[in-house]
Amino acid sequence: MPKLQELQDLTVQVRRDILRMVHKVNSGHPGGSLGCTEFFVALYNEIMELKDEFDMDGKGEDLFFLSNGHISPVFYSVLARKGYFPVDELNTFRLIDSRLQGHPTTHEGLPGVRIASGSLGQGMSVALGAAQAKKLNKDSKLVYTLHGDGELQEGQNWEAIMYAAGKKVDNIIATIDYNGQQIDGATDDVLPMGDLKKKFEAFGWDVLDIKEGNDLEAILKGMKEAKSRTGKGKPVCVLLHTIMGHGVDFMMYTHAWHGKAPNDEQLATALAQNPETLGDY
Amino acid sequence: MKKYIDQGKNDTRSGFGAGLAELGRTNPNVVALCADLVGSLKMEKFIEENPERFFQIGIAEANMMGIAAGLTIGGKIPFTGTFANFSTGRVYDQIRQSIAYSDKNVKICASHAGVTLGEDGATHQILEDLGLMKMLPGMTVINTCDYNQTKAATIAIAEHHGPVYLRFGRPKVANFTPVDQKFEIGKAVMLNEGTDVTIVATGHLVWEALIAAENLEKQGISAEVINIHTIKPLDGEAVLKSVKKTGCIVTAEEHNYLGGLGESISGFLATTHPTPQEFVATKDTFGESGTPEQLMDKYGLNNKAIENAVVSVLKRK
Repeated sequence: MPKLQELQDLTVQVRRDILRMVHKVNSGHPGGSLGCTEFFVALYNEIMELKDEFDMDGKGEDLFFLSNGHISPVFYSVLARKGYFPVDELNTFRLIDSRLQGHPTTHEGLPGVRIASGSLGQGMSVALGAAQAKKLNKDSKLVYTLHGDGELQEGQNWEAIMYAAGKKVDNIIATIDYNGQQIDGATDDVLPMGDLKKKFEAFGWDVLDIKEGNDLEAILKGMKEAKSRTGKGKPVCVLLHTIMGHGVDFMMYTHAWHGKAPNDEQLATALAQNPETLGDY
Repeated sequence: MKKYIDQGKNDTRSGFGAGLAELGRTNPNVVALCADLVGSLKMEKFIEENPERFFQIGIAEANMMGIAAGLTIGGKIPFTGTFANFSTGRVYDQIRQSIAYSDKNVKICASHAGVTLGEDGATHQILEDLGLMKMLPGMTVINTCDYNQTKAATIAIAEHHGPVYLRFGRPKVANFTPVDQKFEIGKAVMLNEGTDVTIVATGHLVWEALIAAENLEKQGISAEVINIHTIKPLDGEAVLKSVKKTGCIVTAEEHNYLGGLGESISGFLATTHPTPQEFVATKDTFGESGTPEQLMDKYGLNNKAIENAVVSVLKRK
């Protein structure tokens, strides 16, 4: 098990990667990426059981599906730093001829990605298919997903949420990035979603909260608890309470940095708040 | 001219059901999904013999397409079954992103296509699905003409890696192609050689084209009849070879002329061998309630319509 300090160092380095990636191309989605950095670091380095080599079928290992594909910067950084592809390739984010497309895709063959995402609301259905393939293959490993909270406004999610419980797909842990923000403002202002916990429970899911969604220890504890609840006849949902833009003071508590890159000065300020740990790409 | 015998009317969807049942016995990776239309899609035999490999999704087609994409991750070959309308228009973005762009090995099997769905009316009679599907990069698009061909195609697409749209229909129609045929994706089938005009038909219009050719022969017109079951990739070579001989072409399909087989052929010929062409297809309109025969007649999709189109195109040679 990596020491907590190592995970914390990686978290800071991933934040730097995210900021530098979106700054370089003056586009991309830093807010949600920064808010989910601890989650990705914990998931890929401590929670999921992964094989050394990537293959599309992923038999005998845990799988992860990113449904809210716009937070590709954090996904790419964590994949690269886990060894799926060279860290230097982060330099090519959103550039022409790159495997690191604006939104994740299998089309260019980037290791670590198993489905295209970006058009919202499709990831849970895909994950359910993969989870059922695991059951058919007598593969006891799990399927993890991440969704935006605003993304739950897409109706397909509720088809999938109903199906997962109805068909007892209990080898899936779906995490909701519960930051209360979306492009046009607070989710409560754009389209109030009510009590998400009660909604998932009413559909038949086992739901748990991680109240400190930007605290590594809380995430590790919560995700291990979630893991222990799989295999009991119900799909498992984690409401991960995060702060959009976490780790950069002027990007926090606002939807303003959902899809906006920092300028040179803002980048310098943001990086100063996240001093280099493992080496920039 | 070559005579084709109707071996007994049957529906193309039953050909799909028979093909799927056979795949259930021969290919352990084949799984099937349905959105509450098991009986209409004739999937009962597969389900009875392989209950663990069948997924009843409920009335949730978007979820079905996503689940199918996910099942391929783990080596399964999913066959989805619902009506053509709900297999395409309703779920276009799910197919585009999760299946086509993600290059997933999903077989989208679509019944009740076109006006021959009949009495249910225009809400269910999709005439735009071939166009929607052929525009997706990497998608193979097939429209079969009878029971035997649909069964053979169902079995063949399991061996092809990549997304496939397989379109068939509801009514019982003539079953005239060989029972033991080998279905080759992307390969046109020469049904009758002729010298005056090329008739290229797909789906339910193939049998109508054969009747039309017989009638035309009595009028001294020699029609070449080609069955193009694969709209994409198109067998351009077969079309080119034929029109170089005949000098004109009629295309026939149960689909809007915009986006269909005829449009693919005219695009191909425009850049290779410009040829006078007439379209037997719906003319940018929705369907309506009625019997299949009434609708085929009203919307100009039968042997009479093909004959008329031949007479027109011959004048433009």
